Amino acid sequence: MTDEFADKDVLLTIKDLRIEGRSDETWNEIVHGVDITLRKGEVLGLIGESGAGKSTVGLAAMGFTRDGCRISDGTIDFDGIDLRAASAGDRRALMGKRIAYVAQSAAASFNPSHKLIDQYSEAPVQHGVMGKSEAESDATDLYRRMQLPDPDNIGFRYPHQVSGGQLQRAMTAMAMACRPDLIIFDEPTTALDVTTQIEVLAAIRNIVEEFDTAAIYITHDLAVVAQMADRIKVLLKGDEVEESDTASMLSDPQEDYTKSLWAVRSYARPEQPPVAAGETPVVSVRNVTAGYGSIDVLKDVNFDIYAKRTVAVVGESGSGKSTTARVITGLLPPRKGEILFDGQTLPSDYRKRSRDQLRQAQMIYQMADTALNPKLRLRELIGRPAQMYLGLQGKALTERIRQLLDLIELEPDEYIDRLPSELSGGQKQRIGIARALAAEPKFIICDEVTSALDQLVAEGILRLLDKLQNEFDLAYMFITHDLATVRSIADEVVVMKEGKVVAQGPKLEMFQPPHDPYTELLLSSVPEMDPNWLSDLLKARGEA
Amino acid sequence: MSHIWSMIGKRLALGLLTLFIVSVLIFLATELLPGDFAEEFLGQSATEETVAALRRELGLDQPMHIRYIDWLTGALQGDFGNSLSNRRPVSELIGGRFGNTLFLAAYAAAIAVPLSLALGILAALYRNSFFDRFANAAALTAISFPEFFLAYILIVWLAGAGGLFPSMANLRGDPSFGDMLYRTFLPALTMTLVVTAHMMRMTRAAIINLLASPYIEMARLKGMSPMRVVVKHALPNALAPIINVIALNLAYLITGVVLVEVVFVYPGLGQLMVDSVASRDMPVVQGVALIFAAAYVLLNLTADVLATLSNPRLVHRR
Repeated sequence: MTDEFADKDVLLTIKDLRIEGRSDETWNEIVHGVDITLRKGEVLGLIGESGAGKSTVGLAAMGFTRDGCRISDGTIDFDGIDLRAASAGDRRALMGKRIAYVAQSAAASFNPSHKLIDQYSEAPVQHGVMGKSEAESDATDLYRRMQLPDPDNIGFRYPHQVSGGQLQRAMTAMAMACRPDLIIFDEPTTALDVTTQIEVLAAIRNIVEEFDTAAIYITHDLAVVAQMADRIKVLLKGDEVEESDTASMLSDPQEDYTKSLWAVRSYARPEQPPVAAGETPVVSVRNVTAGYGSIDVLKDVNFDIYAKRTVAVVGESGSGKSTTARVITGLLPPRKGEILFDGQTLPSDYRKRSRDQLRQAQMIYQMADTALNPKLRLRELIGRPAQMYLGLQGKALTERIRQLLDLIELEPDEYIDRLPSELSGGQKQRIGIARALAAEPKFIICDEVTSALDQLVAEGILRLLDKLQNEFDLAYMFITHDLATVRSIADEVVVMKEGKVVAQGPKLEMFQPPHDPYTELLLSSVPEMDPNWLSDLLKARGEA
Repeated sequence: MSHIWSMIGKRLALGLLTLFIVSVLIFLATELLPGDFAEEFLGQSATEETVAALRRELGLDQPMHIRYIDWLTGALQGDFGNSLSNRRPVSELIGGRFGNTLFLAAYAAAIAVPLSLALGILAALYRNSFFDRFANAAALTAISFPEFFLAYILIVWLAGAGGLFPSMANLRGDPSFGDMLYRTFLPALTMTLVVTAHMMRMTRAAIINLLASPYIEMARLKGMSPMRVVVKHALPNALAPIINVIALNLAYLITGVVLVEVVFVYPGLGQLMVDSVASRDMPVVQGVALIFAAAYVLLNLTADVLATLSNPRLVHRR
């Protein structure tokens, strides 16, 4: 325990918390005895991979469980109130008033039918803390402290009229409305771009310090939690791994699992020899201008992708990365410019491309969950492109499917007749890869393929993609907003901003100064595992 | 807002086109029926000559397209022609009856819509409880019986021995408004029973569909009561499908209640339509069909506009 908080009153005590989840009519324990002690004004970081039970534990600290979950054992004591024994009405009287919650996706967690300020004032008014007009002027004040633009009027907008980063700050302001003693932050910046994340992190940290609010900060991002928390607790599959204050957790983790978390992202693709002079690129994007309606989303974009090379296209959301992919695949014919494949111009509309041209360029999607038809077995999911593009039938087709499953390191006999729902997230993404490979393409677009995955799983996918690239001489276009991924897999980097390419070149050059200003901003915004990183950065930017 | 006005304009134009197509289809359909008005009117004892004479008099000897064009030119000028059977103008014949139909539909809707919304909300709130199951079962039972059967059961229970309400919903003798409500209570109740299940179940389903949304969880985590969560947070986002189902059922209340009118001897449009088809009284059939079609078009347009207005994303653009 940090000395700083040792003399403060204990606010929350959780002892031996056990939570069960229901699946197929049976209850299984998913949280196996977690203890938490939180003092007033203290911030506890809860970290772990997906399935670690972070959110479940965080919500249980409010006495709340999602449908299909129940607290089976343990005690939750909030400031002398036993939350498990309290009635539903008593718990509701605490929620929103003394314990507040900030959700991962503000865009989904604000009610689309009500204005921000009405949602802000709901809790104070309903809990009888203040009247409506008082709550509204308080909202404006907090919006200003959260450094939202136009704080006097932004509350009168609907959620869809406000950007993601602003919504996340508005949600933190909303959680503050009743000046709670405890806030649960559930991955509040995971859905944001790195540059936006910084602003939100800084705003959250300031306001928590200002009102001396205790917080549980849930995240899978170690570098982020290092900036926010006084103490860190590591969870793994519902079990507590270890806990200590932030500085010693970072410098001296005790458990092997924690060490492995600290060590991920060590993978780096070996540097490739330069492309031979005169080699024809597999894909050339030439002077492409494209957009929807009257707006140009892409402005005069140019880059080449060679065989056996990976070009990482990076940029914030809205910078035109995915639109570029849509132009290359022919889903969005460009207004100007063209796409060359092996030096030949491709028809701009995919409907005019030959089956063989379509076969050559395949795509792997971000959300493997939604990109795989849930009703088809792996045999059909992978077999269909092989059948359609290459005309394989019967035994040859089955043989090919088994071969592909082997390639993605899934045991054919065990997996060939499974449904996507019977796979883990990483396995689903592997099926996405196998489906692209089934067409025997020369070029694959990977659209944020690892951003929905845990770091360890993501690393496995990156290694697999790399192995396949060497084996089949594939050219990759790797769309990502994550610079750590770029570091590990790219040969060349294309930085996009507002539909333009602002910088491009070999990876080593891009990661070494001097950078162009925007690349510099992106690079410096990636959180580092140093607890002082955010403070130092804000100070440096403030001086600049 | 301008895009909503342009949507209304476009939909009205499409509605007019729909009405035109309906009028052609109705005209063709009545042509396909065996016999015509002259034969039906004069009966089996009529001679060839008298039938031909009546046809000439009514213009029924003209080719079909000429008759249709005659009717259309009249209709465009507001003249829907005269009934063939009693020579009175169609607009006059329909006028009073249309009023009656609207009155009964509005009466039934005034009971059914609030009732089904309330039941739907409560069923969503107490989902899988005894109340939920009972309300669902009762509503489904009501919708599963044919209307005329429901009507007779209500007559037996409520108009029979005890005689709480009249079994004949006639409007003779210029009754007062209160009296009209009393006399038409049983048909209105029958129609309520028929339409409630659909609207209630859609309300329940639309709300429950949203209860897993993150913003509903957020409202619960703000300590809001279950009732407030459903009414204030789920319902506004569930309005679009509910409004559409309500519109469909309102249209049904106007156009689909012939059997109820027959059982209660209520002078509405449905009976007029059936009688006119039986006697091949073309101008009346056309007039009633157009009113029914117009009711559908207008109610659906209203539903679309309201559903659009219920979605801030479509009203307040970025």
